[in-house]
Amino acid sequence: MKGEPMAGEATTRKTIVPKKTPIPEQPPQIRRSNFEEVSLGYTPEQAKQEAERCLQCKKPACVKGCPVNVPIPRFIKAVQEGDFRQAIDIIKEANLLPAVCGRVCPQESQCEKNCVLGKKFEPVGIGRLERFAADQSLKNGGLRPPQVAQKSGKKVAVVGSGPSGLTVAYELARQGHSVVIYEALHEPGGVLVYGIPEFRLPKSIVYSEIEVLKKMGVEIMTNAVVGKLMTIDEIMQENDACFIGSGAGLPKFMGIEGENLNGVYSANEFLTRVNLMRAYQFPEYDTPVTRGDRVAVFGGGNVAMDAARTALRIGAEEVILVYRRSLTELPARKEEVHHAQEEGIRFELCTNPVRILGNDQGQVRAIECIRMDLCELDESGRRSPKPVKGSEFEIPVNVAIIALGTGANPLIPQSAKNLQVNKRLYIIADEETGKTSIEGVYAGGDIVTGSATVISAMGAGRKAAKAMNEYLKKKPVRSRT
Amino acid sequence: MARILEKKQLRKPDVFYFKVAAALISKKAMPGQFVILRLHAKGERIPISLADINPVEGTISLIVMAVGKTTTEMSVMKEGDDILDLCGPLGNGTHIEKVDKVIVVGGGFGVAPLYPIARSFKAAGSEVVCVMGARSKDLLIYEKEMEAVCSEVLVTTDDGSRGMKGVVTEALRRELEKGGTGLVVTVGPAIMMKFVSETTRPFGVKTVVSLNPIMVDGTGMCGGCRVTVAGQTQFACTDGPEFDGHQVDWDILLNRQKTFNKEQRVSFDSWRQRHAGVLCE
Repeated sequence: MKGEPMAGEATTRKTIVPKKTPIPEQPPQIRRSNFEEVSLGYTPEQAKQEAERCLQCKKPACVKGCPVNVPIPRFIKAVQEGDFRQAIDIIKEANLLPAVCGRVCPQESQCEKNCVLGKKFEPVGIGRLERFAADQSLKNGGLRPPQVAQKSGKKVAVVGSGPSGLTVAYELARQGHSVVIYEALHEPGGVLVYGIPEFRLPKSIVYSEIEVLKKMGVEIMTNAVVGKLMTIDEIMQENDACFIGSGAGLPKFMGIEGENLNGVYSANEFLTRVNLMRAYQFPEYDTPVTRGDRVAVFGGGNVAMDAARTALRIGAEEVILVYRRSLTELPARKEEVHHAQEEGIRFELCTNPVRILGNDQGQVRAIECIRMDLCELDESGRRSPKPVKGSEFEIPVNVAIIALGTGANPLIPQSAKNLQVNKRLYIIADEETGKTSIEGVYAGGDIVTGSATVISAMGAGRKAAKAMNEYLKKKPVRSRT
Repeated sequence: MARILEKKQLRKPDVFYFKVAAALISKKAMPGQFVILRLHAKGERIPISLADINPVEGTISLIVMAVGKTTTEMSVMKEGDDILDLCGPLGNGTHIEKVDKVIVVGGGFGVAPLYPIARSFKAAGSEVVCVMGARSKDLLIYEKEMEAVCSEVLVTTDDGSRGMKGVVTEALRRELEKGGTGLVVTVGPAIMMKFVSETTRPFGVKTVVSLNPIMVDGTGMCGGCRVTVAGQTQFACTDGPEFDGHQVDWDILLNRQKTFNKEQRVSFDSWRQRHAGVLCE
């Protein structure tokens, strides 16, 4: 490196390795047919080498980019020094799910985007280091629960055990409140277990993070559908506060011809069958999924990438991703797109499905698409696609997966009349505190914002937990029979 | 976990009654709703309609016909066994109100979930007539229970071994011709509900059907249970399971129910091979 030290106020000059320490990965040709993790993680030597790249800025911009403000330079310093136990303890001051976040966070648009190294070189591999620290701790006897404060005598209910709910439960249990989580499915974890595939986030990682909560005394009740088994009003009769983090589960369909043919799935259904229900191990596990030879996936987000790469792993010969804009606009993480390309997913860009065609058995046989021309910028700041007349063409497929996002699940708002929702039926909650229109009821994550990321849901959970703790502290302890 | 408190065989060889401990569910459940259960850690989630609800005892009743792998596996479970996961109540309950005359139409073991519906209509002051059918008299279930809550129970059998020889739609048509019917509610195989709806259509009598598409989570999350009603996509789990039978696109439903026919055979065959002895009991 020439000239001045980097703008991050580093005190000592050092030679910067321009690129991130490469992370070992399963080769694409092998991993495309198994569910093992793609990325194998750093060795201690590689981690230390990468940690050395950190300039230890005094005013770290990376921390500002993190929705839960992990003290990044401090934990990286611990890695530099080889004190991995210290590293994970520092991360856990801010983040309950480091092994998860190290794997699925979009670091390139958060912490790593702000890294001063990134101005000239590749930023520090913060996500890789976070994952390393968490995995070290898992290897050495599991994640240790933090110190829990003395019992406050206050009871809190958390609806949903996805990223936001788990975060709230963790933060409030730590403050000494009794926490019960209601989960609608038969396993806790929400999108971490039904949505994100094994090869990107092994379930065992999620379970070990959830074990920490249980050790802290958090109770998890599965098969409990709030809105059906109990209402928010009933919950509030039994508890001092409630957090709703039920997620945005209501898949969107396109309303095009052929959408109800056999072999057409929402990404939610397809991924739930394969991940939560383990259809990839059918018939050892009972739940089936159509194993298409040729699979089309509509959409360009992370969920679309997950669906496409999952379809490949359960035996598709060719998977075609159909997205109406260009590669630049693809909303998925770059790493996911890169992995998908490496694995041989075919990208049909600037292309939109027009209808789905069936055979005489009512099964999908092809999709009809039209090419799109990218024109002027629309309100979202992206170029808006316009269909090119006469460019229709068919792609033969036998499975089509629709990954175009989700809407708000209606079950909770339907059963809680005083809970204010917006026009799109998402719960209205204060951005800083998660407060809803009902006193003592807070909300965060996708049920407030619409589909977003694991870490932003955790960020919302963290803010809500802080506000809830303040609220609970002021509330007198109720006498209970 | 939910314990099986009572098990009875309702008809040979394949229909079983289970009373299951479900204190919380029983306090909330309404006729017309369903539960989703998963028998064990490798099991699938299947929806089953509520055949009875007893909030005082804290139990629900389920009627299961052993047709596939999971239902057959359940049919060999015993009193005292635990169902690993029981989730509910799901879907919306039947809209119960006083109607001058309600005809409830049940086919096969679909009569079971009609029972609490019929009882509620009667409790609301409605006259309830039941039309129930089966291939022959040995396959009829819930006749006595229905007699207790209906002013009349009209039985049809394909072979004439009991009641009227013929199908339920014929008995239904005759009953409709008498006039005065305000509502028809039907539960059973999709094909039967389709023909019930076609029978009532010319009479202009509102017909409520309880749809039974393939389902995974039952909370609106997967969209696998989507059905087309009045040209709109609806989710049977959150919008239903009851819909206006005159507006349902039956062909889409019947086709979608076949999605996993092949896989279901594979799953069932492999289970039977591994459990050859169990079914001979």
